[in-house]
Amino acid sequence: MTDQTILQMKNIVKTFPGVKALDNVTFSCRPGEVHALLGENGAGKSTLMKILSAAYRPDSGEIIFKNELFKHSNPIAAQKAGIGIIYQEFNLVPHMSVVENIFLGREPLIGCKLIDYRTMRDEAQKLLSGLGLTIDVNQKVKNLSVAQQQMVEIAKALSMNAELIVMDEPTATLTDREIEFLFGTIRTLRSQGKTIIYISHRLEEIFEVCDRVTILKDGKTVGTENVPDLDKDRMIKMMVGRTLGEYYPDRSTARKGDKVLEVRNITRKGVLNDISFSAYAGEILGISGLVGAGRTELARAIFGADSIDGGAVLIDENEVKINEPLKAIRLNIGFATEDRKGQGLILGLSVRKNISLAILPQLIKYGLIQPKKEKEVADRYMKILKIAAPGIDYPVKGLSGGNQQKVVLAKWLAKDCRIIILDEPTRGIDVGAKAEIYNLMRKLADQGKVIIMISSELPEVIGVSDRVLVMHSGKITGAFNADEVTEEKIMKCATGEVA
Amino acid sequence: MSTERISRFNKAHFLEDYGMLLVLGVLFLVCAIVSPYFLKPENLLNITRQISVSGIISIGMTFVIITGGIDLSVGSVLAFSTLMIAGFKGMGAFPAFVIAMALSMAFGLVTGILVTKGKLQAFIATLGMMTAVVGIGLTYSHGHPIIGTPEGLSFLGQGKVLGIPVQTILFTLTAIIAGIVLNRTRLGRYIYAVGGNEEGSRLSGIRVDRVKTAAYVISSALSGFAGIIMANHLNVGEANLGSGMELDAIASVAVGGTSLSGGRGGVVGTVIGVIIIGILNNFLNLINVPGYTQKIVKGAIIIIAVLAQSLQANRKK
Ligand SMILES: Nc1ncnc2c1ncn2[C@@H]1O[C@H](COP(=O)(O)OP(=O)(O)OP(=O)(O)O)[C@@H](O)[C@H]1O
Ligand SMILES: [Mg+2]
Repeated sequence: MTDQTILQMKNIVKTFPGVKALDNVTFSCRPGEVHALLGENGAGKSTLMKILSAAYRPDSGEIIFKNELFKHSNPIAAQKAGIGIIYQEFNLVPHMSVVENIFLGREPLIGCKLIDYRTMRDEAQKLLSGLGLTIDVNQKVKNLSVAQQQMVEIAKALSMNAELIVMDEPTATLTDREIEFLFGTIRTLRSQGKTIIYISHRLEEIFEVCDRVTILKDGKTVGTENVPDLDKDRMIKMMVGRTLGEYYPDRSTARKGDKVLEVRNITRKGVLNDISFSAYAGEILGISGLVGAGRTELARAIFGADSIDGGAVLIDENEVKINEPLKAIRLNIGFATEDRKGQGLILGLSVRKNISLAILPQLIKYGLIQPKKEKEVADRYMKILKIAAPGIDYPVKGLSGGNQQKVVLAKWLAKDCRIIILDEPTRGIDVGAKAEIYNLMRKLADQGKVIIMISSELPEVIGVSDRVLVMHSGKITGAFNADEVTEEKIMKCATGEVA
Repeated sequence: MSTERISRFNKAHFLEDYGMLLVLGVLFLVCAIVSPYFLKPENLLNITRQISVSGIISIGMTFVIITGGIDLSVGSVLAFSTLMIAGFKGMGAFPAFVIAMALSMAFGLVTGILVTKGKLQAFIATLGMMTAVVGIGLTYSHGHPIIGTPEGLSFLGQGKVLGIPVQTILFTLTAIIAGIVLNRTRLGRYIYAVGGNEEGSRLSGIRVDRVKTAAYVISSALSGFAGIIMANHLNVGEANLGSGMELDAIASVAVGGTSLSGGRGGVVGTVIGVIIIGILNNFLNLINVPGYTQKIVKGAIIIIAVLAQSLQANRKK
């Protein structure tokens, strides 16, 4: 590789109301490399990339792309100039189909006016199958799972045929199988001479596909290194300024508590097929499986977010009828959703109001919300989860992805539920904060709570859970105790090889 | 996060929060300079009275718009309420008041059910209600105005306390109570949450349908209340009295910075919006601008005000 550069971002400064997101950041890429961008939650990675794609305008600094000063005022112009981006938060139009989303604004035309649907569909199908996803491309995006939406976002960026592709946490919700396909695609792109900027909090991935890495901290560049020259510990040290101790908390030695939750033969047509399991006080129950296996759907069914066609839920051996989320919450069940933008947060409201949303009834006196009590709760969880925001009254839409995720967790931790279902709890959360969240989960379990954790990250499922259930196409295909579980065993059940 | 990255005061924030107040200030100054009569206490008090009825409706509209809906039926409900007050004057002040309020709220309940259970779009549901309620009123009154209001209620429309019109006081009280409801009660918080993200609200244990219905009931109740004031002010009830008022209310809410897409805004903004539009009306009359031209000016100012807000919001990127 030569020392020539395809992209140079020089002395970029960007401030938001109340925050200096980027403080004199300098960053450059060589043609044909996969360049990782690392940093803690809120370090400024997404902001830097949004400046590159012209979604944001920098306060100062310049960008040189292919030896020319890059001065585009909107994302479409940047796209035409050869920069494609997969945003961390999805930008799909929910009511439009997969094809329409992929080609939105760039529809191929027949003659000069009519949209060429046939070409569009074929193209889309090809892109998606290259990523290992077989779905009906005429389906509306709102009916897809978060992971499938992520794949559509990736396909959309690929369809632009860009010279430089930015991927902002593309794997946060994907399982290993999809990630393998994605990495295959990345390697192909690299061999075609395309440049890729890759953001992820899963450090193993950096070693697997990236050539160089640039690390940001608190809006400043820490440095750029060749990946082979680094190990995980040094990478973490550069990111967080210290080394991390033990990553996964010790499992409790206490005996399993009483059966708290029992799910009996839950069925939802086409999604869940006769599912039964139990969860006990004091345990962390992991649920693993591939994208589309029905894990989120199972959680939603238990929580009353979706109706079920058959089966029952029992708490403390008594059957309960949960037909809406409010009922579940009253029964002391909490559910932190994986889709934070669509379901987990009210983006326009402040951090404080989001955290208190599920516990408002407890904060009322004489019919009025007690601001002091509300502030106390919000402050407490800001501190416990180290949510980086200028203040509790800052709107959550101005927080970085990982910090938004922490707000979702804070909301349900504040509720202090007895049964907590966490769907991809560490999605987009940095390594330091992850370890703290695992500790917190263990602490809650030790208090006798039931934690059900859905996760696509195998090391996480294995490292944290006391027991692991594996799902495949709407069924439970495996159950393992912590001492016997391995990645291979999970994968065999997840792909349906073993039933 | 290191503290040096966080700065407290921010110009963009300041403009967003107080921009409309600035517009109001400028408008006030211009009026004061151009028309000497404008600043006279009688005139100022008169403005506060003139804006009261439409102000109360606009506050109700604010609730609905924050949930992401819209209520086109406010003018019709107001008019219907004037008919009830006038029509039932024989039963005495209190029963007539209760009847007018109860029926107005019933209309809101119907709208709420149409929107939540019937899954109608708010625009269509309230458009239907707007027409139907006028029709019911015309049927009830055979198309004629009903003269007179109950004994003992006329102070609502015509009274003064220490020189301040009762209407002004009622408007102020409504605004204060509405502000408390929106900012300090569970219902208020849920109204913002539902307007911001329905599915997210539902998964947080909020009964979205009830919250939305409550907003329509509040809007109708305030329209009914405004109708009672208006009937007593004019000493008449009439089925068409409120035509066009829904548009003024929507304009006030929008000028006040409440986004029509829901989840944002508040009573303070709406009150400022109402005052801006009220001053404009008063001023254009004072300087003898002909009626047709007034409409042009008013329309232009509304568009400019909302345009300025959206430019402001986009510039922050
Ligand atoms: N639209 C916005 N409005 C206000 N502040 C913002 C906005 N976008 C980002 N910020 C702030 O800028 C800082 C950097 O955010 P950014 O999203 O770039 O972080 P990140 O490195 O991508 O973090 P993560 O790993 O959590 O995704 C954060 O402090 C965030 O609060
Ligand atoms: Mg980010």
